Amino acid sequence: MLTALLLCAVALLAVSVLAVLGYGGGRRGVAGGAVATTLVYGGCLAVSALAFVLALAALLGGVTAGLTVPLGLPWLGAHFRLDALSAAFLVLVTLGAAGASFYALGYGQHAEAPMRVLPFYPVFLAGMLLVPLADDAYAFLLCWELMSLASWALVLAEPRPEENARAGYLYIVMASFGTLALLLAFGLLAGPEGHYAFAEMRGAERTPLTSALVLTLAILGAGSKAGLVPLHVWLPLAHPAAPSHVSALMSGVMTKVAVYAFIRIVFDLVGQPEWWWSIPILTLGGSTAALGVLHALMERDLKRLLAYSTIENIGIVFIGLGLALAFEASGYRAAAALALTAALFHAFNHTLFKSALFYGAGAVLTATHGERNIERLGGLIHRMPVSSAAVLVAAMAAAALPPLNGFVSEWLAFQAILVSPDLPQWGLKFLIPTVGMLLALAAALAASCFVRAYGIAWLGRPRTAAAAEAVETDRFSSAAMLGCAALCVLFGLFPGLVIDALAPVTEGLVGARMPAQLGQAWLSIVPIADSRSSYNGVLVFLFIVASAMMAAAAIHRFASRALRRAPPWDCGFPNLSPSMQYTGTSLSQPLRRVFGPVVFRSREHVEMPLPGSVAPARIVRQRQDLVWEFLYLPIGRAVGRATEVLNHLQFLTIRRYLVFVFLSLVLLLLGLGLWS
Amino acid sequence: MFLVLLVAPLLTGLVRKVKARLQRRRGPPLLQPYRDLRRLLRQEVVLAENASWLFRVAPYLVFTATWVAAALVPTFATGLLFSWTGDLIAIIALLATARFLLGLAALDIGTSFGGIGASRESLIASLAEPATIMIVFTIALIAGSTQLSHIAAFMASEDVGLRVSLAFALVALVIVAIAENARIPVDNPSTHLELTMVHEAMVLEYSGRHLAMIEAAAWVKLVFHLSLIACIFFPFGLAQNGGGLVAYAIGAGLWLLKLAAGGVLLAMFETSIAKMRVFRVPGFLGGALMLGLLATLLLFISGSF
Repeated sequence: MLTALLLCAVALLAVSVLAVLGYGGGRRGVAGGAVATTLVYGGCLAVSALAFVLALAALLGGVTAGLTVPLGLPWLGAHFRLDALSAAFLVLVTLGAAGASFYALGYGQHAEAPMRVLPFYPVFLAGMLLVPLADDAYAFLLCWELMSLASWALVLAEPRPEENARAGYLYIVMASFGTLALLLAFGLLAGPEGHYAFAEMRGAERTPLTSALVLTLAILGAGSKAGLVPLHVWLPLAHPAAPSHVSALMSGVMTKVAVYAFIRIVFDLVGQPEWWWSIPILTLGGSTAALGVLHALMERDLKRLLAYSTIENIGIVFIGLGLALAFEASGYRAAAALALTAALFHAFNHTLFKSALFYGAGAVLTATHGERNIERLGGLIHRMPVSSAAVLVAAMAAAALPPLNGFVSEWLAFQAILVSPDLPQWGLKFLIPTVGMLLALAAALAASCFVRAYGIAWLGRPRTAAAAEAVETDRFSSAAMLGCAALCVLFGLFPGLVIDALAPVTEGLVGARMPAQLGQAWLSIVPIADSRSSYNGVLVFLFIVASAMMAAAAIHRFASRALRRAPPWDCGFPNLSPSMQYTGTSLSQPLRRVFGPVVFRSREHVEMPLPGSVAPARIVRQRQDLVWEFLYLPIGRAVGRATEVLNHLQFLTIRRYLVFVFLSLVLLLLGLGLWS
Repeated sequence: MFLVLLVAPLLTGLVRKVKARLQRRRGPPLLQPYRDLRRLLRQEVVLAENASWLFRVAPYLVFTATWVAAALVPTFATGLLFSWTGDLIAIIALLATARFLLGLAALDIGTSFGGIGASRESLIASLAEPATIMIVFTIALIAGSTQLSHIAAFMASEDVGLRVSLAFALVALVIVAIAENARIPVDNPSTHLELTMVHEAMVLEYSGRHLAMIEAAAWVKLVFHLSLIACIFFPFGLAQNGGGLVAYAIGAGLWLLKLAAGGVLLAMFETSIAKMRVFRVPGFLGGALMLGLLATLLLFISGSF
């Protein structure tokens, strides 16, 4: 099974090579591009679907397998291994990949320069497929970099020069930084003897200081890829810059690969955790969730809004992971399994609904010729009925509303918080309720955020001609969207399926599993005990649907079914123009006024023209990302100053260089002497 | 379930009547909401030209989501048949679903009033909802369960005692209930003055049977909140599982009395206070949020608070 999965990755790489060769040797021009697009995405779809089946079988069958491939460093080889954790993440990766490839069969045909995407896309998929399989530091980092660089190339693919250049630059800097942190983390894990294989890292003895350093580096390395605040700055620039199916992959899948890296290092490789490790993770998770959604609420660019919402969801996943770590450190294994299941389930759900939302954004882009600003959209529900329904379901899942899947995982996270008063540590007693509040706040704000995003972009009246003339997207795209939305509903109604599938993973990582859910009466889910809490998505759904239909049928039958179309009422105000609707900015104005001054240091002031002047009055809004302001800009400035200073070193005389060489030699010898 | 539906208009009628009497008006008769409902149901729907399917479906879904939420609250007996369908968190989230759909419906026509309503509602909701969750935490930590039936049974038993955290939770829940039900001082259910509308602005475009559904949802929501407060904080008289007909009858009678008392108190509170500016509301709700957080923190520190 492991071999088959590795062969899938090789097949993906082969597709990429074929794309380049075929395009180079075959027909060029529009027709050639269309054929190449179909072939590449079709090939990717077939391979990812196959890999999905394999990974699912491995997860459900509890397959564990190891393999050493004679690649890479001589006498070491590259180790690969398949266990429950990697199988679970492979299911997620391949599902996302299959969905995106299917979507791209239609969406990819609209690409302006397909050859800037096609060769890199299969490589990106192969990288994400290989990272969870890697079983030594070398293979892991190699595949990780393959994923990073391929996605970087995809960020630069869309021809929007200035924005994308900045996004790409920031992304490559942050990705390199993250890989550096991971490299150092693996270096510390390997120890002075250099045991690069994960199997040897697990058994090694470490001082508490080393373990703490590894944790810090893992947070930096995996967190920068996943988009934890304050390492998130590149994400809202880079994810939206790529073509929409790639955005869906980067947001929905690549961030989860980073979560995988974090889990693999912190839960598996380091060994027994200390309780205080959960403090930084919970703090970062809570602030990421709240800040991410607040940014999303202020955003006007549809795809950047979704990217910020990704940051929020990553925060929720990390809250679950932090709780799991705290429970595990104190020996509450069942509770740790609950929190870990919540985190993994949420990661899975996020892949589903975020993919559908990005597909929807892509459909909007195609329909309106590249309009990403929600203030220039509107009324799309009339023009794109299928996409609008799929996106509505996904938005409700993202807003964590029952009976959809996003709610179930947040519900599990709340249940995990409710068991945590048992934890003996005082620091956690103060922190966890606060994190719980941030989680609740994030959930509530996410609902507002998606009311705004959906209400402004898809409802109302079209604000521009492009929006008014939008057309429904192609069959592949809408089928991919509907598929994701259907899965959101399915796992919202039958969450027990996912929870039971995740049981081997928690068993392996924290040594306990949640009670089996599929045997429960009426398919409800019961995390701890019947008397504590339970939730039944099917019944909630059935109750709502049945009574809504009953109510509608009764009213239509016995009361009135008359209907008359008329102009909107709006308190009798005539001649409405589309520009008189609420815009996204005005819709979020109350929330901006409440949270803005603190979180974004936002300011508004009105510029009134002088009396007699015909200039229009203007309202000026300012909003800052404080992290950018106080962390990145100073670092950037410091680097700039340092380069200026060091620049002088380039123009010295040979005598001075010799002095430097001599001095450094003396220093090194001195260090060597003092060391021993 | 149907009982809730039957009682809901009566409760609203009672609140209106008491308010009118307090303002020295005669007020509409108690049964007026039933007549309103009948009239609305019989009228034809005047639908805006550009209304989408979402606008037409939303009233039914809003109504049923609220109704299902209300049906999951033990009103006069603790052993609900389907109580395990959803716990307190799920019930709160069902109301959020209803609000989400209503917010979308408000934006569907693309009028400025729909926007103003959705915008303010999202402000209120995004503070009221975390506050509710914190209250749920408090109660769940005390009762050791988020299942409402278990909570009610625990609260009715002897081992609750007098707790600081419960007092905080009660105050917070009352604040949230006032905000959620669009009552003075957060919103005014009887206003049609542009600047003060929140809920009414959202449903301005609705008419006929759609409006009837939305009005009924609002009434059911009021019953829901009063029943919730009654079942958590004043659970006396709740019939235990299999308590016999007499116990059920007593429970039902007491429940009606509790609702009536809640309604009268609400009317008195509304009469005695002025409406707030919209931007004072975050402070009001933030108070509830902080109370909820404080209560939860106290319980995390020691289970005996």
